[in-house]
Amino acid sequence: MPFTIKVNNVQHDVDVDGDIPLLWVLRDVLGMTGTKFGCGMALCGACTVHMNGTPIRSCITPIQSVGDAPVTTIEAIGETPAGQKIQKAWLDLEVIQCGYCQSGQIMSASALLASNPNPSDSDIDAAMSGNICRCGTYVRIREAIKQAAQGSVASPQGN
Amino acid sequence: MLLDKNRADTDEAKSELNLSRRNFLRVGAAAGGGLLLSFALPSAFARMGASAADGDFAPNGFIRIGQDGRVTVIVPQVEMGQGTFTSFPMLVAEELEVDLAQVEFEQAPPNQALYVNQLVGFQATGGSTSIRAFYQPLRQAGATARTMLIAAAAATWNVDPASCRAEKGSVIHTPTGRKLGYGALASKAATLPVPEKVALKDPKDFTLIGTPAKRLDTPAKVNGTAVYGIDAKVPGMKIGTVAACPVFGGKLKSANDSQALAVKDVLQVVKLDDAVAVIATNMGAAKKGLAALEIEWDAGPNAKLTTADIVADMAEVSKVAGVIAFNRGDVAKALSGASQKLEAIYELPFLAHTTMEPINCTVDVRKDGCDIWVGTQVIGRAQAVAAQVTGLPPEKVVVHNHLLGGGFGRRLEVDFIARAVQIAKQVDAPVKVVWSREEDIQHDMYRPYFYDRLQAGLDADGMPVGWNHRICGSSIIARWAPPAFKDGFDFDTVDGAVEPPYSLPNMRVEYVRHEPPGIPTAFWRSVGPSHNVFVVESFIDELAAAAKKDPVEYRRALLGKSPRALAVLNLAAEKSGWEQALPQGSGRGVSVQNVFGTYMAQVAEVDVAKEGSVKVKRITCALDCGIAINPNTIEAQVQSAIIYGLSAALYDQITLKDGRVEQSNFHDYPAPRINEIPVIDVHIVKSNEPPGGMGEPGTSALPPAVTNAIFAATGVRLRKLPIDTSKLKT
Repeated sequence: MPFTIKVNNVQHDVDVDGDIPLLWVLRDVLGMTGTKFGCGMALCGACTVHMNGTPIRSCITPIQSVGDAPVTTIEAIGETPAGQKIQKAWLDLEVIQCGYCQSGQIMSASALLASNPNPSDSDIDAAMSGNICRCGTYVRIREAIKQAAQGSVASPQGN
Repeated sequence: MLLDKNRADTDEAKSELNLSRRNFLRVGAAAGGGLLLSFALPSAFARMGASAADGDFAPNGFIRIGQDGRVTVIVPQVEMGQGTFTSFPMLVAEELEVDLAQVEFEQAPPNQALYVNQLVGFQATGGSTSIRAFYQPLRQAGATARTMLIAAAAATWNVDPASCRAEKGSVIHTPTGRKLGYGALASKAATLPVPEKVALKDPKDFTLIGTPAKRLDTPAKVNGTAVYGIDAKVPGMKIGTVAACPVFGGKLKSANDSQALAVKDVLQVVKLDDAVAVIATNMGAAKKGLAALEIEWDAGPNAKLTTADIVADMAEVSKVAGVIAFNRGDVAKALSGASQKLEAIYELPFLAHTTMEPINCTVDVRKDGCDIWVGTQVIGRAQAVAAQVTGLPPEKVVVHNHLLGGGFGRRLEVDFIARAVQIAKQVDAPVKVVWSREEDIQHDMYRPYFYDRLQAGLDADGMPVGWNHRICGSSIIARWAPPAFKDGFDFDTVDGAVEPPYSLPNMRVEYVRHEPPGIPTAFWRSVGPSHNVFVVESFIDELAAAAKKDPVEYRRALLGKSPRALAVLNLAAEKSGWEQALPQGSGRGVSVQNVFGTYMAQVAEVDVAKEGSVKVKRITCALDCGIAINPNTIEAQVQSAIIYGLSAALYDQITLKDGRVEQSNFHDYPAPRINEIPVIDVHIVKSNEPPGGMGEPGTSALPPAVTNAIFAATGVRLRKLPIDTSKLKT
């Protein structure tokens, strides 16, 4: 059945079963492949997007539960102040290796920073421990979140 | 894995280098066009031309300079996080005299003649060989291009080339200051003969190599635009997911697909001999369709298999002496005359890879050709297997390689490419086959189980006089590169065991091959050393304890002939504060290794709680990888490899019950998370030795440092991974 969802401020009509997870609607129906599949069970965080500004695991979020809540994905997170700071810090501190999990890491970190401008180590642990990185970029992820918290808003081309 | 001619630094090792490596080199020569050991450019490198537009300058397979001055480096190795898309352009830019910012890069296509990895024998990214194999060829390619651009400028100006120099993408006539950019020189340079010999820079003149360079591949990875294999988009593409028989070797008996086909957006069910796939317009529908299938499997001969059966078998067959992979002196005599004798059995489990990007492959099979979109570590093999399954000639198979969302050895295999092509042959459209995480874990190809028997004899001072290491487990090489399995063993399975950095006067390494039924084996990050370094470094620690000596002191005494190993040990000990006392329940452990051409020592500091839980608090890592190309990515690779090793030390094992892999996702096959990782200090020794590999050494060195630290904290010696914390309760 058809659903209308709002992703990155754009309305989309999609015709899928209501129990199909948002992840597959984004990737396979809308072609927005920045959001990644990792586990399908909300265990790894690779599929993290924001719904109403809150990080959720899109792999277990049925499309029928989205309603008119605005969804933000990695493709548009750089348009938010927190997302922009996180992306800049990620590049400044050379966080990324293979990069596959980093969409999810950046979405979790951006949500953390948006709600908590000065996160402690334990805040970072709590917000980021749902995101697995098999390349083990955690040392630099922690440093980058701290730098983003201290840094000013980057210039738009700083992305 | 694979060749490493820089590592044998003890006299004994130099004189006794085992023959297996040379055997592998000959294999490589047969497959690779005769370019091995020699770093001269083969004739195939001379003027590539094919992909270059008219007037562009492409003096070899690695470089293309357009008339617009754009410099493109064609990177022969794949990018899976290790940084080749940055380090390789650095090697070229250093010699070509261009800024890194002026360089663009692209992935090389399958072309065995142009892009052979000399240390493997064909196009492959693995075994921490990328820098070692291409350090010289890429610099040479850059120097060749630079020499030709200078010649083109000198001819234009009618001056002596020796009076010209290259600088930041231009040639300058030094006496007059005249200047021409590479773009302006490209078409003329393209008409000049390729020089046979060119001068390479003296490493002391490097301005780029050795400096921490920013990665070139990351901007697209922060905003979702980077494209991995799983992100491939092909017009008309369908999405499929697959279930193979849960018991290896079993078959599909039947699949009632009426309910699956009734699922909205499910298009087709594909039945294979040993698997079934559901094709849909999206993965959500495909997964739902797969769940709705009523499948009956014929489990086949492994229906009752358990891990315990396999281990019992290995325990039995390893009682008998194996093939001698390495022998020095008279071990039997040394053991019988020893003042003290030690024996131990070490075990390591089957391991899955769990790359973050689940296994996937997109295929378009047509009558006249086949296209593959995938992330693979072996692009030539990907092409070959698709040709084999389709019956097409290889040149009709086009492989579009992508960024890899992790490799760790999993993508050195092409089983999943063959599977996707089998499915695609039955689908009248391009199809992307994506494995669920459960399928990814339960149909991985696994790091083998190892069951090793160790014996050592000590003299009256506690120093080793005899050492016997009997390795029992699967040979991956025997399947993956059969000609390199020779005289009953292969160099990889014994790597890290046959040439320890220590002077051991009477030493023997035996190999008992045991191929487990019902579970396929494959390379896993740090390959042979992933198991051997754990065994050797644990047992050396046992020897030190038996001798009642400090583990660092004991190792120092055995490293007199290996100054680079001694130096990293001393540095790690110093930086870790090895001498400083720790509270009750805490301990430090050390490991030393020389694998992949890199010397490394790690000191782990752990806390063991009364109920047995282990917290790894700090890892101090000192390494000598020869010339460090990009210290930024080296530090990152060490952090990465240590955390990968941590998952093997603390958590992970694949077990079989009723022939089925028991683990299925990250809840029962965990990966370390941000709140679980230690402080990691990385110290790089400055060195002018040839560069060593950096992707894997950190993984093999980690587990023994941790278990040795647990021993220091508790007195309990853990000889089996992952650690069993129930043995640590006090």
